[in-house]
Amino acid sequence: MKEVPLDYGLLLAGILFVLGLISVLIRRNIIFMLISVEIMLNAAGLAFIVAGSRWQQAEGQVMFIFILTMAAAEVSVGLALILQIYHQIKTLDSDAANKMKE
Amino acid sequence: MKELLWLIPILPFAGALILIVVGTKLSNSKVAVVGAGSVGLSALITILIGIDSLSSSSYKGFDQVLWTWIDVESFKPAIAFHLDALSLIFIFVITFVGFLIHIYSTEFMAQDEGFARFFAYLNLFVGSMLILVLADNLLLMYLGWEGVGLCSYLLIGFWYQEEKNGYAARKAFIVTRVGDTAMAIGLFMLFQIFNTLNIQEIAIQAPQAWDVGSPVAIMIALLLLGGAVGKSAQLPLQTWLPDAMAGPSPVSALIHAATMVTAGVYLIARTHIIFELAPVAQVMVGVIGALTLLLAGFSALTQYDLKRVLAYSTISQIGYMFLALGVGAWSAAIFHFVIHAFFKALLFLGAGAVIMLLHHEHDMFKMGGLRTKLPVIYWTFLIGSASLAAIPVVTAGFYSKDQILWLAWAGEKGNIWFFLAALMGAFITSVYTFRMVFVTFFGHEKTRVGHTPGKSMTIPLVILAVLATVGGFIELPHTFGHFTLFSNFLTPVLSSTEIKSGAESSEWIVQIVAAIVSLSGVYLAYFFYVKRPELPDKIKSFIPSLYRLWHSGWGFDALYNFILVKPFVFLAEINKRDVIDQIYGALVSIVNGFNLVLTFTQSGMIRWYIMGIVLGAIVILTIGLLV
Repeated sequence: MKEVPLDYGLLLAGILFVLGLISVLIRRNIIFMLISVEIMLNAAGLAFIVAGSRWQQAEGQVMFIFILTMAAAEVSVGLALILQIYHQIKTLDSDAANKMKE
Repeated sequence: MKELLWLIPILPFAGALILIVVGTKLSNSKVAVVGAGSVGLSALITILIGIDSLSSSSYKGFDQVLWTWIDVESFKPAIAFHLDALSLIFIFVITFVGFLIHIYSTEFMAQDEGFARFFAYLNLFVGSMLILVLADNLLLMYLGWEGVGLCSYLLIGFWYQEEKNGYAARKAFIVTRVGDTAMAIGLFMLFQIFNTLNIQEIAIQAPQAWDVGSPVAIMIALLLLGGAVGKSAQLPLQTWLPDAMAGPSPVSALIHAATMVTAGVYLIARTHIIFELAPVAQVMVGVIGALTLLLAGFSALTQYDLKRVLAYSTISQIGYMFLALGVGAWSAAIFHFVIHAFFKALLFLGAGAVIMLLHHEHDMFKMGGLRTKLPVIYWTFLIGSASLAAIPVVTAGFYSKDQILWLAWAGEKGNIWFFLAALMGAFITSVYTFRMVFVTFFGHEKTRVGHTPGKSMTIPLVILAVLATVGGFIELPHTFGHFTLFSNFLTPVLSSTEIKSGAESSEWIVQIVAAIVSLSGVYLAYFFYVKRPELPDKIKSFIPSLYRLWHSGWGFDALYNFILVKPFVFLAEINKRDVIDQIYGALVSIVNGFNLVLTFTQSGMIRWYIMGIVLGAIVILTIGLLV
């Protein structure tokens, strides 16, 4: 079985990360922003996996498990917050949630 | 008996303390008992100690150390009293005249709401003044010195609801502070040189340390003179005293005539050894005295307000004492202080009674005809005035003033100019004094008298009137009697005055001239204000500018206002926003500016924040890669 070169893996992770970042920046819907953050987390996780397979070490996969766990926790908290925001301001537009300005 | 010395100043302080703490709860009669009683007890102890020390033939002095006040290396001033002839005379006048004035005040202030407050201040004053004259070191004396200044401030502004009284009080406090600062510097210099502030030790060491006329001695003597000038209202710091008449009349009698204002005389007499080592400074004392007695005399000629006449007269009489100190006639100065305390307290109390009974009318030209309405006050006031004008032979003022006149001429340090100034002053004194008497008590009635004074007001007047007459007989001149009880008593403390050789025989000429001058002054006042009352107004309209100058006290107030007050207010106006504060203010506004910029970035848009984080991360990573 032919190995995927390290550079390709890291490039894919970088592209995923930037895509996630851009969509966090330009999306106004909070749910989509949350999904974009998940994409960024997974990009980071992919980078760990690729690096782990390159060095033949298990730590990369351990880190991925950690990230996955954290992402699950983050989503649960994030969704709860989103629900609350929706109750308060009746919209999912993140720009409308600027009441803490002053 | 002497061991009770410490009780003399403590009793008035205890009285003041009681009145301050529980005074408002006590009835007026109890306040009067505490206030007058404490000073009365002090007076009693003073008299007992006085008898004790007079009976012992050679009286050297008595020291009583209570405790060490401060102990810092060699600086060890004690709370200690030194009693000798000089301080004994002062404490006698302070407690005795003070007691009479307390008695008088119980009736004078009876209707006042601040009755307890008044007696608390008055007791505090008597206590501080006693500390001043009994102190054995200059620091304790300075404590009393500032204490009496504080009480003077409190009592001038006693009726503080009126703005001008508060102004007068502040003026008195600030002007005397100028002199006090000079005095404090003098004390620093003395301590630096002698390593002690004990007066007796300084008196022993000074003649060894300095030659006559040494610059340091002159410097210190002039600084002490500065303090004396401020407290005793002499040129050029005399402007506060006429305004100090805003206080109640007993206060004017006690503080601004009989006792506090003579603290300067006491200071110079007490440190006379330093002044003898600094002839230039001593001549300055005489010159200041001579100028002051003339200028204040002319001002007194033109006043309407009864109390202001007496205020200028006080300045003028203290000028006499300074003149006497300046020619080295120490005991003559102290003698005049004692007699002046009697007759000036009497005059102020009499004036206060007149003013009160005429419903607070101060203008004497609105009085008149009181001779028959208020006989007791008239006769006692007349005796006081006669003493002030130095009517020959029968009054005490004649003996004390005559001694100064004679020594200003014949004393070793005297000269013809001092003598002429004093003689001129004597003439003016008798003119303004009897102008006051004739205008107030003669002529027809212009304001109705409210009621007649009670016993607590008239008895002190009568006692003071007796003292103002017989007080002079304890010191009779060489020409008749030659009875020198007073100066003999003082000789151990204050050396007697050397007479120029060949001048002894002319003493009777000086006395006759002084008598003629005094009587002609009375006649002039009689001529102008009883026989031809229209004449003064004619003279006034003839020289209006001179009249205004004298009336305003030679324009010193206007001068100080122009050269000191105005520039100060002007600078204060410029510096209203505090120049130094501006630097710190700038710091604050810079921080505020940053704050404004940064608050602009706090838009509440979460995507902008993320953008900020991303940009920050990019910048940091870029720097990390490049370095």
